[in-house]
Amino acid sequence: MGGKKSGHGGAKAWLYLLPALLFLGAFMVYPLFDVFVYSFEEGYHSASQTYFGIGAYNYSYVLHDTYFLQAVKNTLILVVITVPLSTGIALLISVGLSSITPLRNLFQTIYFLPYVTNTLAVGLVFMVLFKKTAYSDGLINLILTWFGGTAVDFIDGPYWAKMFVLCFYTIWVVMPFKILILTSALASVNQQYYNAARVDGTSRFRTFTRITLPMISPMIFYLIITGFIGAFKAYSDVVALFGTNLNAAGMNTIVGYVYDMLYGDSGGYPSYASAAAIILFFIVLTITCVNLIFSKKNIHYT
Amino acid sequence: MEIVLQNLTKKFPGRGRKNHQEVIAVSDFSFKIPDGMLIGLLGPSGCGKSTTLNLISGLQKPTSGKIFFGADDVTDLQPENRGIGLVFQNYALYPHLTVRQNILFPLENLKGKDKLSKQVMMEKAQEAAKLVQIEELMDRKPGELSGGQQQRVAIARALVKMPRVLLLDEPLSNLDARLRLQTREEIRRIQRETGITTIFVTHDQEEAMSISDMIVVMNAGVVQQIGKPQEVYDNPENLFVAKFLGTPPINVFEGRIEGHKLYIGADAVLDIFAPGKSGEASETDVAPDKRKGPGNGEVYVGVRPEGFSLEETGPLCCVFGGVEVMGRDITVISAHSACQSPKIRAIISADYRKGIERLYSADGFADKSHIRFSLLPEKVFLFDKMTGKRIAFAASMEKGKGN
Repeated sequence: MGGKKSGHGGAKAWLYLLPALLFLGAFMVYPLFDVFVYSFEEGYHSASQTYFGIGAYNYSYVLHDTYFLQAVKNTLILVVITVPLSTGIALLISVGLSSITPLRNLFQTIYFLPYVTNTLAVGLVFMVLFKKTAYSDGLINLILTWFGGTAVDFIDGPYWAKMFVLCFYTIWVVMPFKILILTSALASVNQQYYNAARVDGTSRFRTFTRITLPMISPMIFYLIITGFIGAFKAYSDVVALFGTNLNAAGMNTIVGYVYDMLYGDSGGYPSYASAAAIILFFIVLTITCVNLIFSKKNIHYT
Repeated sequence: MEIVLQNLTKKFPGRGRKNHQEVIAVSDFSFKIPDGMLIGLLGPSGCGKSTTLNLISGLQKPTSGKIFFGADDVTDLQPENRGIGLVFQNYALYPHLTVRQNILFPLENLKGKDKLSKQVMMEKAQEAAKLVQIEELMDRKPGELSGGQQQRVAIARALVKMPRVLLLDEPLSNLDARLRLQTREEIRRIQRETGITTIFVTHDQEEAMSISDMIVVMNAGVVQQIGKPQEVYDNPENLFVAKFLGTPPINVFEGRIEGHKLYIGADAVLDIFAPGKSGEASETDVAPDKRKGPGNGEVYVGVRPEGFSLEETGPLCCVFGGVEVMGRDITVISAHSACQSPKIRAIISADYRKGIERLYSADGFADKSHIRFSLLPEKVFLFDKMTGKRIAFAASMEKGKGN
């Protein structure tokens, strides 16, 4: 019966899929394709919708733009620092959380709070912590000077200070989700493995490295991949901390650069924006592929 | 290694508002397990047998009581210092390690003066693998093995450190029927070859009966009976043990004793005497609470399925329900109003096949809807209605009253 009707059923299936496909096509596939096309149209003018020719000039321009190079540098530093650090700290906290019984729920709630807090509100809190104003140097500077250090302007000051704030903020913001995932991953490891290890006299450290880590490795891998992608997409956090004029602050990110090229004060260049977006796409693609190759060897799916 | 359990008790505190009552998982368990024996801990689920095993392994601490391995008091020792091998119900093989790495794992944990060279470890692992016959599977992952093979790996991992005691938690419950038969023989063989005192937990009485040197029947945390499998089967101390052992299960009737006769319903099935005075009449009625032999009163009558014999003039009259042919044996299914279960199962051996055939033939029983049995006294047990304790008796067969 199934065989006979398959042609008919196929047409019906497409009909049912049509609404979803229409929306996906209009809002995902077409724009993706369009960005790709834009990135090769030289001298595109959005008002007149005209361009001079087709070529790789947009890429060349973007790759020679010092603002873009600064953005790439910022993004890479952010990625390289925050992804391993946040995952590592989240793992430590999760292991700690799952080995205490009293107050575990309270701590879980506390650690999860940043996840449900508005980005801009968090940005404001960080302002209070770090920003120098006419009345105060910010909480952190207050503490620094207590201990005999000199106050640093974290928001408008030296590059490393700003980068520190950005990384600190990013780690703090992504941590709750990672803790949530890792605590549930830890809880899902069958207690019998630990009992077996105990009976065999396995040390705690060895139990962790030889049993716990491999058991939750798929989840760690998932967090690293999504962590990389998320960090490469950083933008709103940076705006929340340093305002919209990111190029001037020297704290722009790749996504920030794309946005500025489209709508910023120096904006109106969709071709440059598209080229930058495509470059970002290939960076993320490469890193994810490297991750996947690495994971084949080291991740144990059960 | 001889194992002694002394008044072992484990209580779990009540939790929360709803079940605040304390749970006594194991109650006052005393038992001396001779060296080199294979012991089956048997009972329905929730009876405390796994808890007992966990107490012996050290994964749980007893509320009171002591555990000795030989002369050593191990009650307060951590599991890793007790020298035990434990096979878990789901085997708990590390899925990311190969079979070889799994077997090596306990050896790699050894520290200090016990530390072994790589060479020795490999040899020991190979030896353990050989014992359970999985040498050709050493480089596979547990996920690539069948249930039976995983079971063997788990046993090899438990044995590789040469434990003083081997503990198996429901070792066969995850295997299919055929593999179960094979594996239980295998466990028996491995135990004989190594001579390690072994305790295994099971809810399957057949499993326990078939391979154990001794079985311990537990219910609700309390030991019901300890003994050799056949002894326990032949001489159950109480109704629970009688009901729990045997497939098909024992048939339990509401009965009563009146004037040295045992009645089931209206049928007087056996002549009853005090034990040891077979054939003689016992002293007349002693008060029920003081009686040693059976006095008058209500009792439970347990009859093993093989305790029925098909006779045209037998005293016990049942409603005929049907016949199940199970290859070697024939099960006659019938019903009786005094029986606790709706079906009475009687196993009739091949000798009685003729009788069965007559059931169907025209010249068989006059009333085809009824069937008559006489009971074999050694397969009939009487139990006190209140306590469920066995009442000893001697009996002679009640001859048929005729049809």
